[in-house]
Amino acid sequence: MAAKVVTVTSGKGGVGKTTTTANLAVALACQGQKVVCIDGDIGLRNLDVVLGLENRIVYDLVDLVEGRCRLRQAMIKDKRIPELYLIPAAQTRDKSAVSPSDMVRLCDEIRPEVDWILIDSPAGIERGFRNSIAPADIVLVVTNPEVSAVRDADRIIGLVEAEEKGPARLIINRVNPVLTKRGDMLDPDDVLELLAVELIGIIPEDESVVVSTNRGQPVAFEGTSKAGVAFRNVARRLQGEQVPFLNLQENNNGFFGRFTRLLKPGRV
Amino acid sequence: MFTEQKPIVSMKGVRDGLLVTLGEGEWPDIQEALLNEVKEKRDFLKGARLALDVGNRVICAADMGTLRDRLSDLEVNLWAVLSSSTATEQTAQTLGLATRITTPRPERTVRPMDTHLEGENAIFVQRTLRSGFKVETRGHVVVLGDVNPGAEVIAGGNVIVWGRLRGMVHAGAEGDESAVVCALDLNPTQLRIAGLVAVSPQKTRKPRPEVARVHEGQVIAEAWNIKD
Repeated sequence: MAAKVVTVTSGKGGVGKTTTTANLAVALACQGQKVVCIDGDIGLRNLDVVLGLENRIVYDLVDLVEGRCRLRQAMIKDKRIPELYLIPAAQTRDKSAVSPSDMVRLCDEIRPEVDWILIDSPAGIERGFRNSIAPADIVLVVTNPEVSAVRDADRIIGLVEAEEKGPARLIINRVNPVLTKRGDMLDPDDVLELLAVELIGIIPEDESVVVSTNRGQPVAFEGTSKAGVAFRNVARRLQGEQVPFLNLQENNNGFFGRFTRLLKPGRV
Repeated sequence: MFTEQKPIVSMKGVRDGLLVTLGEGEWPDIQEALLNEVKEKRDFLKGARLALDVGNRVICAADMGTLRDRLSDLEVNLWAVLSSSTATEQTAQTLGLATRITTPRPERTVRPMDTHLEGENAIFVQRTLRSGFKVETRGHVVVLGDVNPGAEVIAGGNVIVWGRLRGMVHAGAEGDESAVVCALDLNPTQLRIAGLVAVSPQKTRKPRPEVARVHEGQVIAEAWNIKD
């Protein structure tokens, strides 16, 4: 096995990086993949909470990088799914405790043993972002259909290209079909037109995400919620499958209908 | 021992008349020699315009005036006195004589038609400038791609964007108000030309290629017409 390293990033905070990472990890693991998540947000860790693994942390990323534990000891196994692991961030240190080359070395060590390494990047464009991006094979940029989030996504995509990690792929999170239809929210078409990158997922706004995040049980576990389905579709697309985008509106002539047509192969 | 002396007066035709160069010697002798020479060739020289190169001699106004009058008696017009001495030059100017003659130009060589243009310095950017990117130059800027909000283009000259211009752009940044900004979709966050600042109006119509320029102290945008 030679894992692909996927970094989830956004620039702006609060757009759903951690939720996306957790749900993609769960979805991939549910689809039979062996997955390790790494929380890159040293000092402000969240991924352990969202995955419901907070109370099982003994060693963390900084312990691992500084040689106080072995790789296996820092990998927390999720007992709900066969092959899902988490390497949590240290909460009592800061970003400078780890360097980009540490991250590359760590990922190279894990690579032979798993299928996917998912890195949850912190917000911002500083050290934590650079640490997270350094080992990446694929970069997923999460944005919301809001002008400020799109601006930051644009900046991040530029930085990813400058690091020669591009082209980044885009996840538009928290799309509200009703607001979009009324014209009160940015249309995913507008977002894509500006960012001009490949779209890999549209995640609808979904109350169940909030509930599941608080319970430490990502929506991708159960099969009913729209967001859960959308995340599982992203996981399938990551594995190279062609999956049509969800129709979030009853009327097929709505923006998602147009959207799906625009996303046919051949579009840049 | 007899040595052949260099002629103290030599004449040659130039574009504007005759140029007489005087050799070494005392002024009265030289003057006599010149006048004799002119008398000898009187028929030939009648009505000629004469420029006199006196070298570094200092000639007083009286001497120069006398010479002019006596040449004039011989129907020769003294129109210029050339000298490397500023005193003599000033004297000549006082007497209303020229102190420069156009030196004969070498025959013009016919140059091939000049179809090779030097061009001006420009930066060519073949990529989309995303937020946080900045291009800054004293020359012109050509972008083949979009300029997104949060990106900056600053040029001493013109800015041409073959794409959507939505970021900040400053043309003629060193004060050149004749600078222009062209884009296929001109919708910048802010547009500056020289010291003027403009903000795009809210546009609803279909994007069209436009050019922004300074017209009567205001930045205006109009259809990008190549014929202009």
